[in-house]
Amino acid sequence: MFRNQYDTDVTTWSPAGRLHQVEYAMEAVKQGSAAIGLRSKTHVVLATVNKASSELSSYQKKLFKIDNHIGIAMAGLTADGRVLSRYMRSECVTHNFVYESPLPVGRLVVQVADKAQVCTQRSWKRPYGVGLLVAGLDETGPHLYQNCPSGNYFEFHAFAIGSRSQAAKTYLERKFESFMDCSKVELVRHALHAVKESLQEEELSSANCGVAIVGIGEPFVILDSKSLQAYIDSLEEGKNDQAAKLEVEEEGNAAVIERQDISGGAGVGVGAEGEGPTDMET
Amino acid sequence: MRSWKLAKMSMVFAPRLAESAPTSHVGASWSPYDNNGGTCVAIAGADYCVIAADTRMSTGFSILTRDYSKIHHITEKCVLASSGFQADVRSLQKNLDARHQIYQHQHSKQMSCPAMAQLLSNTLYYKRFFPYYSFNVLGGLDNEGKGCVYTYDAVGSYERSGYSSQGSGQTLIMPVLDNQLKSASPLVLPPRESSTPLTESEAVDLIKDTFASAAERDIYTGDGVEIVIINKEGIRRETMALKRD
Repeated sequence: MFRNQYDTDVTTWSPAGRLHQVEYAMEAVKQGSAAIGLRSKTHVVLATVNKASSELSSYQKKLFKIDNHIGIAMAGLTADGRVLSRYMRSECVTHNFVYESPLPVGRLVVQVADKAQVCTQRSWKRPYGVGLLVAGLDETGPHLYQNCPSGNYFEFHAFAIGSRSQAAKTYLERKFESFMDCSKVELVRHALHAVKESLQEEELSSANCGVAIVGIGEPFVILDSKSLQAYIDSLEEGKNDQAAKLEVEEEGNAAVIERQDISGGAGVGVGAEGEGPTDMET
Repeated sequence: MRSWKLAKMSMVFAPRLAESAPTSHVGASWSPYDNNGGTCVAIAGADYCVIAADTRMSTGFSILTRDYSKIHHITEKCVLASSGFQADVRSLQKNLDARHQIYQHQHSKQMSCPAMAQLLSNTLYYKRFFPYYSFNVLGGLDNEGKGCVYTYDAVGSYERSGYSSQGSGQTLIMPVLDNQLKSASPLVLPPRESSTPLTESEAVDLIKDTFASAAERDIYTGDGVEIVIINKEGIRRETMALKRD
């Protein structure tokens, strides 16, 4: 992206009606390693690509448990993400204390979005440089949301953020219509396939990816490396079946990933045409 | 807000005015506390811990309910039993739960019983000048799997011991436990451990006997007793009926 005269301050509009600092913050999200989320009628799965800066170091933590019914995956400045996850946890604990019931995911997402918006309208602050995929369960079922540095939030059936996320998104776009009725195992497999797309040449292993699941009756849990490796191994076995299935599905399944209005909340029909993306990023 | 709190405190701590002028009123002023009665007991063993509390909730000379639980599971290995003012007890339980949730996020594990014991002490002392009217007994397994019992006063002074009782029936039960469980003398060598040599079922039977006896003479103890047993297999719960008079 080229330098503009109007990009020094987050509180300066450009003549084209853009806040460049906010867009640069979203650029930071795109530079981070990929995070993927997808949901079915009963579960939400988050998967991350874990990149270690060198062979000697361990990778950065990108999956966080927020409460028993909510977890997040992040892409971008993971330090900012850590701070946001501490805020989210504290909000959940407070809500639980006052109301003795779990904080609905949608409400938490709005609170985070409002917090992010504040940083786009103060001259002494900078926008958060992290994108969050929030997976959670509430009375209306499982949900997957994305939080942007811009202060926007969206609900998704499936989405991917971070570097090389387009490859994962293409996979998700092809398959998302079948997600609703997937079992937990099938959903995790889809997630791992999507991660594989983002990894491209690298071999998928429990060392370079992470998976977390939350579902009806199942609290949020980050899979340990043994369980994760078991899923990865099962991918190899299922490969031959997958290849056959793919050929059938490839024909005429060019649906756009659907986006649900938060206010609407009602399930969008699978067959409906997706609205054109009008958000600032991607 | 602050002045309202000070006003409450001065009402509690200020000395009663003598009946001098004809217009002064004699009688109780408003108190932020009430005593809902009840008794709690805990006994620690080599690899188990038994915590029990009666299920009667009373106010003055009336019974509010016959099946109120004074026992709260804070962690997998740690259980809190509290008698006193149940509104303060409930508030204290919620406070500890919230702190424990935060601990679990930060440390990716549950709090150990000794750690929770210290947290409870700090939480109680935090309100040193407007205390939780709560007489607590904390029981569970320590990091080595041995039973532990911690006993508290209202402002957080605590001690680990092999057994304890708190509440309205405390003075009736404690001597019985001392008689059955106390080691001969602190001067006896080799020094005896904190926990008692009873088996788990013997400890449960002792608890049942002591509650039945306390219910005879203490009017605030009765209706039923809830017994929680923690051992390495997990947490188990038993109930026993008590006299309802």
